[in-house]
Amino acid sequence: MNYETVIGLEVHAELATESKIFCGCTTKFGGEPNTQCCPVCTGMPGSLPVLNKRVVCLAIAAGIATNCEITRHCRFDRKNYFYPDLPKAYQISQLYMPVCQNGYLEIDTADGKKKIGIKEIHMEEDAGKLIHHDGENCTLIDYNRCGVPLLEIVSHPDFRSAEEVISYLEKLKNILIYAGISDCKMQEGSLRADVNLSVRKKGCLKMGTRTEMKNLNSFKAISRAIEYESGRQIELIEAGKKVRQETRRWDDAKGESSAMRSKEEVHDYRYFPEPDIPPVEISEQWIENIKGNLPELPDAKKKRYVEELGISSYDADILIRSKNIAKLFEETAGYCKSPKDAANWITVELMKILNEEGADPETINIDFEHIGKIIKMVNGGKINRNIGKQALSKVFFEKRDPEAFVRENGLSMLSDREEIEKIVDKVISDNPGPVHDYKNGKEKAVGYLVGQTMKAMKGAADPSEINTILKEKLN
Amino acid sequence: MNIFNMTALQLGEKINKREIGVLEAVKEAVKYIKDTDKKYNAFITVCEEEALGRAEDVQKKINEGKLNGPLAGVPMAVKDNICTSGIKTTCASKMLENFIPAYNAEAIERLYNAGAILLGKLNMDEFAMGSTSETSFFGAVKNPEDTGRSPGGSSGGPAAAVASNEIWYSLGSDTGGSIRQPCSFTGTTGIKPTYGRVSRYGLIAYASSFDQIGPIAKNVSDCAAVLNVISGYDEKDGTSSKSEKGDFLKNLVYGVENMKIGIPREYFEESMDQEVKDAVLNAAKQFEIMGARVEEFSLEAVKYAVPAYYIIASAEASSNLSRYDGIKYGYRAENCKNISELYERSRTDGFGEEVKRRIMLGNFVLSSGYYDAYYNKALRVRNIIKRSFDKAFEKYDIILSPTAPETALKLGESLSDPVKMYSGDIFTVSANLTGLPGMTLPCGRDTAGLPIGLQLIGPAWKESNLIRAGYTFESWSGYREAKR
Repeated sequence: MNYETVIGLEVHAELATESKIFCGCTTKFGGEPNTQCCPVCTGMPGSLPVLNKRVVCLAIAAGIATNCEITRHCRFDRKNYFYPDLPKAYQISQLYMPVCQNGYLEIDTADGKKKIGIKEIHMEEDAGKLIHHDGENCTLIDYNRCGVPLLEIVSHPDFRSAEEVISYLEKLKNILIYAGISDCKMQEGSLRADVNLSVRKKGCLKMGTRTEMKNLNSFKAISRAIEYESGRQIELIEAGKKVRQETRRWDDAKGESSAMRSKEEVHDYRYFPEPDIPPVEISEQWIENIKGNLPELPDAKKKRYVEELGISSYDADILIRSKNIAKLFEETAGYCKSPKDAANWITVELMKILNEEGADPETINIDFEHIGKIIKMVNGGKINRNIGKQALSKVFFEKRDPEAFVRENGLSMLSDREEIEKIVDKVISDNPGPVHDYKNGKEKAVGYLVGQTMKAMKGAADPSEINTILKEKLN
Repeated sequence: MNIFNMTALQLGEKINKREIGVLEAVKEAVKYIKDTDKKYNAFITVCEEEALGRAEDVQKKINEGKLNGPLAGVPMAVKDNICTSGIKTTCASKMLENFIPAYNAEAIERLYNAGAILLGKLNMDEFAMGSTSETSFFGAVKNPEDTGRSPGGSSGGPAAAVASNEIWYSLGSDTGGSIRQPCSFTGTTGIKPTYGRVSRYGLIAYASSFDQIGPIAKNVSDCAAVLNVISGYDEKDGTSSKSEKGDFLKNLVYGVENMKIGIPREYFEESMDQEVKDAVLNAAKQFEIMGARVEEFSLEAVKYAVPAYYIIASAEASSNLSRYDGIKYGYRAENCKNISELYERSRTDGFGEEVKRRIMLGNFVLSSGYYDAYYNKALRVRNIIKRSFDKAFEKYDIILSPTAPETALKLGESLSDPVKMYSGDIFTVSANLTGLPGMTLPCGRDTAGLPIGLQLIGPAWKESNLIRAGYTFESWSGYREAKR
């Protein structure tokens, strides 16, 4: 029997604001415990939350970028539950009137384009962090994360495979980074995804019983967890057992998930409208302003690269995959006045270095003028492509100016024909053997002589030109 | 010179003219509190040391001409649910018995800047839940008019401390009548401002969408002076209003000619003490004599005010009080085996009966399956009441009513029947459901000699109407000065 996996995602993205959602505390990652909190975010008696307007701006931007309707009159609600990392014993979130609704993202799948529906996007505050000391039998609480603004982006159950999920997540992450909404660092927890998954027999219209999976800290973990969970559910059904509706925790080291709590233990969160924060009225003008200031998003960028700059669709995909790389490309292209060469050098040569080094394209810092200068030197015949690659390596590892590098190492190609001829003459007189071979019809021997000449010139020459000169002299 | 017979503005003037020293006033007041408060139990904390320090500082500023406001140097005290930096703020609860905030409420901050001298923190119903000030962990407050009776609640301490002349004015908080009803029972005067007029920052929340801080004082003028200081926009409170605050002292104008006063018929159909009814109707008559136009009208929606109020207030309270979980501050039960037991026992032992009753009620009305039947319906009632008041205020400048159906109740007679106690809030809760400003001031005494309070409700942001009408009535009637 064939089964179909049905998946929905709840993505939490930490917003790229300087300060928290309801107070002025910093949102910086990694501070000493309890140094980034105040009476408001620790829920001290009498303190009151005041909405950070920037959070609403970013939420609206996320809604626009994911084709959502923006709720004109949106409101916060309290989600009530007891847990030591939640100092007010309620989380300020949105249930009844979330800021964005009914959007979608289009992803590429093996079968072509597919629309993934976005049910809603809502704003909420993060909770603190519990630090368990097993040996000392105690638990400490760090409230630094309390009140860090989050967006929860809830999809419809439109995914049918792990590949679709990853494709969606990559696209969503890219959009959030491009629009400056979130920096999406999964290792710092600024992008998290919970997976709701069920299986059903192919063709069956009724949904199966779903489980929710948490603690997924990388795309790879998400992919593995999906494979594991759909396998587990199919196995249960095949064995005539039932899938329990429950929340499960993924253990990436073990490569398996385990039940955290079942439906019977599901909380009644007693949501009700947050009385401390007045409803947020979002005007047409506000939305238009944000729309007008939204940077170019990946899809639009790709279209422009292909249609206006003549970049191949394949290269354009590589370039837009990282906001940082796309920026580097555009600046380089502008500097060297050759978008195609800029694309070529970045997608081939720079990417090769990044792959070899395992560097994150989003965080590298390369001066576009440096790459631009390399392209200019190569195109102008001042250096050959090999020297260009060497220069790029110096740019990447040492931030070395490529012109200085070429000049100081005498790597520019000699344009003085007489100079080159002198060196060629010397190579001929130093290598009587190969010269003899060549003259006896061994065509290959000229290659050795070209190599010797290049070596003598430290590579700063055009090999085909040397080849021509050599042949002239020897014939 | 007997400073205790003076009003806050009179004492302020003497201090301003340097006829009385701040330190001298503070010392006398502290001594008086120490001598007499045993009788009333109005104070939970007396902060003598801080007060003496502040007195010297304020005197210096007055001498240097840096402080010349009408309340500079005048001693006062505030309800113990208003946060005071470095001074215990208990909410009259075992839960916060030893809680010392690291911040001041905005209202406190503003009073300090105006030269107020805080003498202490005043007793109340636990977490402001109650109508008699008997649910306090620190014992019941007694009415200075008759120590066998309750001063009302929940701001019983603030009302009693003013009524007993222990202080010149106080701050209370009003969620469903908690300023106005104690004023009615003690013969003092108080204002519940329009919701959003006074910052709630630092007021420990009971029901966030109703709570307002307001003054309790000896007369309307003092209330106006205090309101001047504490009101106005505060960026720390998202529900604080930017609307023009004006100068309430300028509303102390004698005369109510052409003022239109409406009396809701439904209020007088409620069961109520005949003497209270007579006194309030007589007050209406006095307004007519003074030149106001007074007429009866129908305000049907108020019939549903009490149940709607208790549903919404309890719902908000259940959430607001969840933070007292024994984890971060406040009471924590000892020797708990796990986190659930820690929550359960800390909250069971830390809260009193009335607080627990309202938390349970609130959790119930918010539970899935009951939310629409109770909470949502109550919100709809709230909107209906709001609309009918808005409509009434198209016609009237003031709505006049009793504050409470009875005069001060005997201690120990109310807590056994919570529903009866809740229904006593019938006249006051509408101002909270609608956010409108309300004032209570004395309008006579019953045959037992107990004060009767008149309630005036005004349109939103029109405390000016209340102050003018109240000032005129007070000057005309002389009820404030009338003793038993």
